[in-house]
Amino acid sequence: MTAPLTVARMRPRDVMRVGAVGLRTRPLRAFLSALGIAIGIAAMIGVVGISSSSGAELDRQLSALGTNLLTVSSGQTIMGEQAKMPVDAEAMIERIGPVQAVSAMGEIPEAKVYRSEQIPAAQTGGLAAYAARLDLPQVLGATLRSGTWLNAATHTYPAVVLGATAAQRLGITAAGPDAQVVIGGERFTVVGILHPLALAADLDTGALVGWPAAERILDYDGHPTTLYTRVDENRMEAVRSVLAGTANPEASNEIDISRPSDALAAKQATEQAFTGLLLGVGAVALIVGGVGVANTMVISVLERRSEIGLRRSLGATRGQIRTQFLAESLLLSAMGGVGGVCIGAVVTVGYATYEGWPSVIPAEATAGGLAATLVIGAVAGLYPAIRASRLSPTEALAAP
Amino acid sequence: MISLTDVSKTYPGGVTALASVSLEIRHGELVAIVGPSGSGKSTMLNTIGTLDRPTSGTVRIDGHDVSTLSDNQLSALRGTRIGFVFQHFHLAARVAALDNVADGLLYSGLPLAERRRRARAALDRVGLGHRIDHEPHELSGGERQRVAIARAVAGDPPLLLADEPTGALDSVSGAGVMELLHDLHAAGTTIVIITHDREIAGGLPRQVRMRDGRIVADSAALTGATR
Ligand SMILES: Nc1ncnc2c1ncn2[C@@H]1O[C@H](COP(=O)(O)OP(=O)(O)O)[C@@H](O)[C@H]1O
Ligand SMILES: [Mg+2]
Repeated sequence: MTAPLTVARMRPRDVMRVGAVGLRTRPLRAFLSALGIAIGIAAMIGVVGISSSSGAELDRQLSALGTNLLTVSSGQTIMGEQAKMPVDAEAMIERIGPVQAVSAMGEIPEAKVYRSEQIPAAQTGGLAAYAARLDLPQVLGATLRSGTWLNAATHTYPAVVLGATAAQRLGITAAGPDAQVVIGGERFTVVGILHPLALAADLDTGALVGWPAAERILDYDGHPTTLYTRVDENRMEAVRSVLAGTANPEASNEIDISRPSDALAAKQATEQAFTGLLLGVGAVALIVGGVGVANTMVISVLERRSEIGLRRSLGATRGQIRTQFLAESLLLSAMGGVGGVCIGAVVTVGYATYEGWPSVIPAEATAGGLAATLVIGAVAGLYPAIRASRLSPTEALAAP
Repeated sequence: MISLTDVSKTYPGGVTALASVSLEIRHGELVAIVGPSGSGKSTMLNTIGTLDRPTSGTVRIDGHDVSTLSDNQLSALRGTRIGFVFQHFHLAARVAALDNVADGLLYSGLPLAERRRRARAALDRVGLGHRIDHEPHELSGGERQRVAIARAVAGDPPLLLADEPTGALDSVSGAGVMELLHDLHAAGTTIVIITHDREIAGGLPRQVRMRDGRIVADSAALTGATR
């Protein structure tokens, strides 16, 4: 009559149900400790997501703008003065075979830019006036937010195209006959406003006037300060080595050559380092969240000793008690993890959309975040679960 | 059904709660355990229920020598052969009577629908078929204890152990609970009840009296009717 004594395995659904008991009876506490995990995960997903989105934006920019732009700018003389590039530098460089296109701009230091004649002379707002060649937008890949670029007619007249930042600082929202600014004491009509230029950020704070107009109205001396060249991608190094000498054969040391796409990538790299730091902060938040879950579980086990005793009297094995509290801990942190991924995703998409970037939430980050929460849940729940399972049934039942 | 031979239990700290107790309870008996507070009644019942192991002596339950069983096997023994009823019910708050009872079968390996079906039947058996959706705080003390009894018998265990089941109830509810236990006994369940109530004890076929961890009187032994 003595049938063998075997323990029935609990179904996964029942493990989930019994693991959720504590969460159902103490929802606020469950919510708060899951929130701790969620904040940590959200921080990490947000950091990774925003940095990936900004990286995707950079890639997008670089592929749109090209990485084959080399800029040639006049540096300083050995005496420390502003060097002057020869007027024919542009024509000389155009003759280099692998150079596909050249354009130029020249800073006009004497010509200050103001919204109107009433503004005190000291308040230049960090803006500068430049003479610009008509083909500048093609070479830089610049596009207009409003109005049109200078043309064969307007480049001889007091017409100006403003960089994105310059337009903003001057309070000009749209190009048109009514939009006027004062450059070098003369009124110029704003015919266009540029989008921000990732590869030539100088021009964002610039007021660009036609080359002939600059010479005629603003007493510009005609010496270019920066040349923009598009070069055969495969011959970049060769071209780079001859550019300075070609631009200024007499004083090649007064010429600086740079590749703006490198600077963008370098900036990205420093941001990556910062991302690492923020990720560390997120990881700390996550660990603090894990400590919160462990704390909740320890309290849960203490409070529910009589429930544990009852379950033991109903036939629960030590292993089943352990599983119950481990499941509870895992559920808690999984809830936090899923919530955190959602919050992190919303933050990423929101920020990227605000910045006009493509939103990227790397799948590895999501998977890694969820895996981390499960590990944390297991680690946080293990000790309390073992303690629960080791309780003697009679002592557990005697607990109030 | 139950056989204790020279069972002693000494708690850490030196309290001897049971001192060489021997007791035979046969299938289908209904036994009252009485005695002053601290005399070792609960300790003996917990030992019978395999919730605690004796310090020395042999405990046999339903043919199994408890000392030879692993902790998992003891759990299985409790889950399949023994039902427990406690003074303070131990019902889960904010959980409907049906699920409190169905929880009694959680470790049986039965699927949820079957556990609920049996829980419903057990609640019918204790006369609470109309209260299955009520949570403990919506039930009277007597009703709560009947839910707890339904949970204990939902798996049809041959042995039911009750530690002062009427201790927290008024006399009317207590009488109702005792009537229910009598019915279960009549249906064949072996039942051991700890009680302080002389009247209740007197109404049961056999009384075992304890004092200072020893059995000082056993009505079965006196009459020699069961041995
Ligand atoms: N877990 C324990 N640890 C130490 N002493 C205990 C423990 N449980 C019971 N006792 C002691 O054992 C004796 C018997 O207790 P118990 O079996 O609960 O008596 P009863 O149920 O008859 O009132 C008492 O002296 C009590 O203080
Ligand atoms: Mg007692």
